[in-house]
Amino acid sequence: MTSNGWLQIAVFFVLVLLAAKPMGLYMARVYERKKTWLDPVLGPMERLLYRIAGVDADAEMKWTEYGAAMLAFSLATLLLTYAVERLQHAVPLWNPQHLAAVEPYLAWNTAVSFTTNTNWQSYVPETTMSYLTQMFGLATHNFWSAATGMALAIAFIRGIARRESKTLGNFWVDLTRGTLWILLPICVVYALALVSQGVVQNLKPYDTATLVEPQSVTATGADGKPTTATVTTQTIAQGPVASQEAIKMLGTNGGGFFNANSAHPFENPTPLSNLMQMFSIFLIPAGLCITLGKMTGSPKHGWAVFAAMSVLWFAGVATCYWAEAQPNPLLHGVDQHASTAGISPGGNMEGKEVRFGIANSALFATVTTDASCGAVNAMHDSLMPLGGLVALSNIHLGEIVFGGVGAGMYGMLVFVILTVFIAGLMVGRTPEYMGKKVEAFDVQMSMLYFLIFPVVILGFSAIAVLSPSFGTSSLSNHGPHGLTQILYAYTSAAGNNGSAFAGLNANTHWYNATLAVTMLAGRFLMIVPMLAVAGNLAIKKIAPPSLGTFPVTSPLFAVLLTGVIVIVGALTFFPALSLGPILEHLLLRAGTSFS
Amino acid sequence: MSATHTATAKKKNLFDAAIVRRAAVDSLKKLNPALMAKNPVMFVVEAGSVVTTALLVLPHGATHFAFNLQITLWLWFTVLFANFAEAMAEGRGKAQADALRKAKSETTAYRLGSNGEVEEVVSSRLRVNDKVQVVAGQMVPGDGEVIEGVASVDESAITGESAPVIREAGGDRSAVTGGTRVLSDRIVVRITANPGETFLDRMIALVEGAERKKTPNEIALNILLAGLTIIFLLAVVTLEPFAVYSGAPQTVFVLISLLVCLIPTTIGGLLSAIGIAGMDRLVQHNVLAVSGRAVEAAGDVNTLLLDKTGTITLGNRQATEFLTAAGVTSEELADAAQLSSLPDETPEGRSIVVLAKEQYGLRGRDLADLNVEYIPFSALTRMSGVDMEGRSIRKGAAEAIANYLKENGSVLPDEVRATVDQVARSGGTPLVVAENGRALGVIHLKDIVKGGMRERFEQLRAMGIKTIMITGDNPLTAAAIAREAGVDDFLAEAKPKDKMDLIKREQAQGKLVAMTGDGTNDAPALAQADVGVAMNSGTQAAKEAGNMVDLDSNPTKLIEIVGIGKQLLMTRGALTTFSIANDVAKYFAIIPAMFAGVFPVLAAVNIMHLRTPQSAILSAVIFNALIIVALIPLALRGVKYMPMSAAALLRRNLWIYGLGGIVAPFIGIKLIDMLIASAHLV
Repeated sequence: MTSNGWLQIAVFFVLVLLAAKPMGLYMARVYERKKTWLDPVLGPMERLLYRIAGVDADAEMKWTEYGAAMLAFSLATLLLTYAVERLQHAVPLWNPQHLAAVEPYLAWNTAVSFTTNTNWQSYVPETTMSYLTQMFGLATHNFWSAATGMALAIAFIRGIARRESKTLGNFWVDLTRGTLWILLPICVVYALALVSQGVVQNLKPYDTATLVEPQSVTATGADGKPTTATVTTQTIAQGPVASQEAIKMLGTNGGGFFNANSAHPFENPTPLSNLMQMFSIFLIPAGLCITLGKMTGSPKHGWAVFAAMSVLWFAGVATCYWAEAQPNPLLHGVDQHASTAGISPGGNMEGKEVRFGIANSALFATVTTDASCGAVNAMHDSLMPLGGLVALSNIHLGEIVFGGVGAGMYGMLVFVILTVFIAGLMVGRTPEYMGKKVEAFDVQMSMLYFLIFPVVILGFSAIAVLSPSFGTSSLSNHGPHGLTQILYAYTSAAGNNGSAFAGLNANTHWYNATLAVTMLAGRFLMIVPMLAVAGNLAIKKIAPPSLGTFPVTSPLFAVLLTGVIVIVGALTFFPALSLGPILEHLLLRAGTSFS
Repeated sequence: MSATHTATAKKKNLFDAAIVRRAAVDSLKKLNPALMAKNPVMFVVEAGSVVTTALLVLPHGATHFAFNLQITLWLWFTVLFANFAEAMAEGRGKAQADALRKAKSETTAYRLGSNGEVEEVVSSRLRVNDKVQVVAGQMVPGDGEVIEGVASVDESAITGESAPVIREAGGDRSAVTGGTRVLSDRIVVRITANPGETFLDRMIALVEGAERKKTPNEIALNILLAGLTIIFLLAVVTLEPFAVYSGAPQTVFVLISLLVCLIPTTIGGLLSAIGIAGMDRLVQHNVLAVSGRAVEAAGDVNTLLLDKTGTITLGNRQATEFLTAAGVTSEELADAAQLSSLPDETPEGRSIVVLAKEQYGLRGRDLADLNVEYIPFSALTRMSGVDMEGRSIRKGAAEAIANYLKENGSVLPDEVRATVDQVARSGGTPLVVAENGRALGVIHLKDIVKGGMRERFEQLRAMGIKTIMITGDNPLTAAAIAREAGVDDFLAEAKPKDKMDLIKREQAQGKLVAMTGDGTNDAPALAQADVGVAMNSGTQAAKEAGNMVDLDSNPTKLIEIVGIGKQLLMTRGALTTFSIANDVAKYFAIIPAMFAGVFPVLAAVNIMHLRTPQSAILSAVIFNALIIVALIPLALRGVKYMPMSAAALLRRNLWIYGLGGIVAPFIGIKLIDMLIASAHLV
């Protein structure tokens, strides 16, 4: 670890801290339909959209209607994306590489993945998706799934803030305003900034470059005999990258334009673009804390939630950075020039880009799993066991450390309700959250929400590890690292993260099918009980705060919330983790590795 | 029959031998799976115990018999300890119910026919609206209302209070309870409850917990615990495949041990005991709650409506000052005031005599010698006084005396009027004294605020509870008393409808309101309030409208009731937090023990340095069982409750039960491990 590394981590956090308030207050204005300076441009557009779609912008929806609208919208966009993927070969426009139609299973998996804001990619984008699909199938989905998540978070916040109301707002309006006022304007500026750093933005066919030094590649042919070929040229993929990169990060989607994701120099060329990318992951989620405070009339509560998130973020990044800054014990004795001096720190550089180094790779890995982003600038499979543990645990906790756009906020709020319920009784009153009593139905729905993760993650992983024919056969490593690979795949899918421990070959029938189910469960099966809680909260009276009210604004509350998240989240997965990354870490120190 | 058995029950030790014996037997009866199913957490433990027992007795090739046997035994103990906790809580109620049943013995009732004839019937055959006559020495045969006569009644069977109370027809002291004894005079009672539905029946059912329904909050907590249980069940069930994959398969005994240690058995085992004990604590305070829901609501109360008279102030006003008119000596005024009050038997009158004696040394005089004619207070004149040779003394409200003076061709001087206003503004009641058509001055009657009330209201304020004083006084007087007593707000010149409106207004703001009442005209408000405490001395209508009855008829007790409600909720919260926090240490005990055999490096996670894997697992299971027993007293007594703000309470309880919950098992498990090792148990 170096002071330079810590400084960069600190710069990142200060930027998030500074941006949260203006961003949050702006979002509150947008969703409360108050005046903003963008109204002259976007207002007419908004009204036009409502007129075309026949939306009554003033119609309020109950939680069931809100949920139904959300599900209908998600299903429609899911089918649309599927269709685009399947028909891309038939549209000559924007397909300079003449890519064929996407195979049905993969097309379905991808459509589900982008609809659920997971962006799990079982394919190599540059050889699978035409520019048309990237733009109209995937980039658009990045906007939609992000706007959907944000709308749901706002609906939940309204549930808390409203008094004796049957409704939570209008999904179509929230979706439209979130896209037009928040995602679009930021992405326009952001994409241009990325272009300035060297991110490509074109519709040209792929380039071919002649290698300075031809390489010999030995491969085993179909007849089983080894053949050696000499490679003299390299294909360099192109595309409308910057426009998709912006929303990929801002919307915490994480699906790379290229297979290498944000490690690819055309996606993330410089340390500055890297900082912008990490910052944009947290921008909306951090702002939503302030939106929460603003809309519920308790700014301090928003900051308390922000504080709890910050503590968990810091614990994660500190652990990950520490773990990655250690040299691999198995390489001890090998001269690595691993002095931790100056700007060339020693440590685990496997799977990391030299232009980012250890600190920025550890920070990126933490941030992308804190949020449900899943973009990577280093290979998570190559993280040290404890570094991988941080990534895995971040998702296990429910990606509530700032979290996915919207999803992080509503996930955190379900945790807040759990915290208020467990500890709230200790002040001698029926637990109350912002003046609303937390009752049996709220607890029931919250517990349903929390059950989804263990069911799909532990359930599918348990089946996979016991099945040599379709489960463990996909592993590239065995032993505890293999267990981690499988756990990570289901965890990433359930958390709608989309990052991968790339060692697992997930492009099999079993994994494609079960991961798709996991992604859907991790999104929609959790949204429904969450909305039910929101709807139920909205109906309740608000008891005015008094000295006897459970405090949700104090530092103590932030500590308590953190404690409940860690205990409840970690207790669920600790047994499995103890046989995965924890065991691997201990074995590695003892000098054992697994192939 | 014994006069004070409720009182004796009150003094019963927490671990009375008879109750413990009965509870021990009951805890075995409660093993019935049909009963256990109500408690999902403990049901899982029982199911686990059955499985391990079956594996133990069925012939199979497993080794480590001693270990498996001990695990199985301790799993059963875990279930039994939880049952014991519940049985202990119920046992105290049952002992009380047994005592009450003695009061329920059948008696002979003297039913009055339509023509006034008396017919002897067994009390169990009385029906609603029957009229019965009860004379001195007889038992009241059923719940009812006095419709004729007045009598002193011994209600100790119900209240434990041996001093007799007066019950009379009409008014707010007309209710009598079956099982109480008339000590003097004769009353006619209209029966208001059929046998089996009487107050005593309800009381027995309540203290016995026969009708106990889970309260809303308890239901919610149960859902949380069930949810956690399912989550841990998933964690443990899927651990075996991971263990098999890793080459370290586990025995069923070990897996069930892990499961039982992780699921929240501590709170799961004590939850119903806490609820029963909370109701029981209320009974110890001589308050009967219709439902546990009402007790919980008491903890949530935001606003307390307190009647001024009897609750905030002593029932009666007292004379504190003589304020003379111009040209009158204070001796003159005191003398006249004393004379006019000597025959006046009201507490106010007596306090004037006392003041005259204390301040001016005027002794009581024998009025018979002075040939005095007493003019009692009448609603028409609103004055009282005495007429004697050459002297005619009157005292009364300023307006009444002004009229009196006018009739006698005189006027009430402005300076006396000024004194009157001054007294009224200070919260007192001015009485003007006049002699022979001349105003002598003013007696200052003052409401005396009960000792300690100001501090209690401060405590309530610290807990975020607003107090509102209800009084029939004018706003000026009310404001002064409110200030002196330290209540937050007051409702002056309150009529029953105003009270009702106030409650509705508070409730509309999302607040919960508690009040006490005894009169029939309080009934609608009692019903509307979230916590309505009816005085036992009150009317039947009031008792039916409220959701609690205070057998001591002490309106100040509302404050204690709030405390008991809060304590109940706090105890649940504290033990839930403790139970969940415990899991951290158990993981550190069991997980390394499970896998250290195959992966010795995992010993690094064994931070407690437990001797052997078997000893570690057994220690965790034993700790898990013993902690239930250790916490039974806490569950029954409730966590210590001190009035303070929610933030302060949270901080305090988090330190004790949150941090304590994390640390305690580390110490406990380590100690048990050392004992096991030294005794070579595994």
